[in-house]
Amino acid sequence: MNFSIVIHDTAEAFARREDPAQRLALFAPLGAYLKALSDAGVFVGGAGLEAPATATVLSQSGNAWKVQDGPFADTKEQLAGLIIIDVPDRASALEWVRRFPMLPGRKLELRANLAPPQE
Amino acid sequence: MKDTARRAIERAARDSRSRLLAFLAARSHDLAAAEDALSDAFRAALETWPRDGVPDKPEAWLLTAARRRLIDAARHAKVHAEATPELLAALDDAQSVTRDDAHAFPDERLKLLFVCAHPAIDAAARTPLMLQTVLGLDAARIASAFLVKPSAMGQRLSRVKTKIRDAGIAFEIPRGDELPERLDAVLEAIYAAYGSGWDDVAGADPRRKGLATEALELGALLVRLLPDEPEVPGLSALMLYCESRRGARRGPDDEYVPLSEQDLTQWSQPMIEQADRLLRKAEHMGRLGRFQLEAAIQSVHAQRARTGNTDWESIALLYEGLVRIAPTIGARVGRAAAVARARDAQSGWALLQQIPEQAVAGYQPYWALAAHLLDRMGRGDEAHAARERAIGLCEDAAMRTYLVRQQD
Repeated sequence: MNFSIVIHDTAEAFARREDPAQRLALFAPLGAYLKALSDAGVFVGGAGLEAPATATVLSQSGNAWKVQDGPFADTKEQLAGLIIIDVPDRASALEWVRRFPMLPGRKLELRANLAPPQE
Repeated sequence: MKDTARRAIERAARDSRSRLLAFLAARSHDLAAAEDALSDAFRAALETWPRDGVPDKPEAWLLTAARRRLIDAARHAKVHAEATPELLAALDDAQSVTRDDAHAFPDERLKLLFVCAHPAIDAAARTPLMLQTVLGLDAARIASAFLVKPSAMGQRLSRVKTKIRDAGIAFEIPRGDELPERLDAVLEAIYAAYGSGWDDVAGADPRRKGLATEALELGALLVRLLPDEPEVPGLSALMLYCESRRGARRGPDDEYVPLSEQDLTQWSQPMIEQADRLLRKAEHMGRLGRFQLEAAIQSVHAQRARTGNTDWESIALLYEGLVRIAPTIGARVGRAAAVARARDAQSGWALLQQIPEQAVAGYQPYWALAAHLLDRMGRGDEAHAARERAIGLCEDAAMRTYLVRQQD
């Protein structure tokens, strides 16, 4: 069963990425976490995302495209990345969520991936 | 008047709620209905006591009110019509009790604890059910402690209560052969509330106190209710030894401090002494068990506060006994760590290697210990890989930082 761990970070957390001194402290635990997921055979995929200010937000009104600078929603936490894992159930997914390297203000969202429709 | 009434209600809720609930549930065999009736009774008290004064026997008043609600509810729900006479009889018993001394109604909480940890109930639901019914914790608090969605926790708890009612799970204290196994489930559920991960190699975040206090309270209650079972004080001793070190597990900057480097003056001596007393009491009964052995291991660590050193030979021996009766991964990793300290890294490593790889895929203390032993044996590359795995499996930020620093 596939679950998505959706990561939301604050502006401060995004800023840390730009600071070489903090960069390692930020990514070393994350790298170890991803390796642990792979070693346990539960890693399906995922990506970290560039800062929300780099986003392009697209919508349509009628047939016309509307293009705006990101981010999409003006909230305190912004989408920072996504990891997809394959585990037997929600309880196992939560076990992995527990191990996620957290930061002040970081929020994780756990959601089951939509199963492909069965006909 | 109003303040007196409110204080009386708060006192009754704190001191008597679980006893009242256990008493009503043991007679109605319907935990959810008993809870609803008791809530109604407290609500009625909030309305009438400030106006009419606090009754002479507040518990008896609440019991009578709850009983009336239960009977009304049973009459109302026609499905249970047949059960009503029986319920009436059972609750009449409650009525006669309430006429006498309010504190004389029997304490049925032990039965309630056994129902909560009944084999027919999903193991994952036992601890939450205990915390809700015996300690009165709300579902949202329990949900956060177990990292479960509050709505899901609420549903899980109500499903379990329906099951207890519909399956007719008896409110009774198991006898003879059945007792050890059933008691073990109760102890496990309490220990699960205390929180896992207290191995010497790990050590959880002291700020994430979770339900530690609640677990200690449940443990103490069980010591009072079941005084002749040695594993009961054994579990309480174990939890108290761990709790005694809470303040020493983090340094001034909130950094992780391994057991061997903890400031001994920060260990709580009163808790250690209380644990010592409980463990002696358990040992006196002459029936060894898993929780007593785990407590004994922690008692050896606690002695360091007096003697200044740790008797690793004794700890290794106790782990040997523990692995024999309860060969959990935690016990096997603990034994390897103790043997490595008592003898040498190679002996510890040999024990670690006997644990099947499959069983430790997600077990962080194994990888932390493996990294440590590999370093001591001069196998740096393998140590690095093992520590990487330990970092990735870490649940605790301070521990993670500690390991990342070692990695450099």
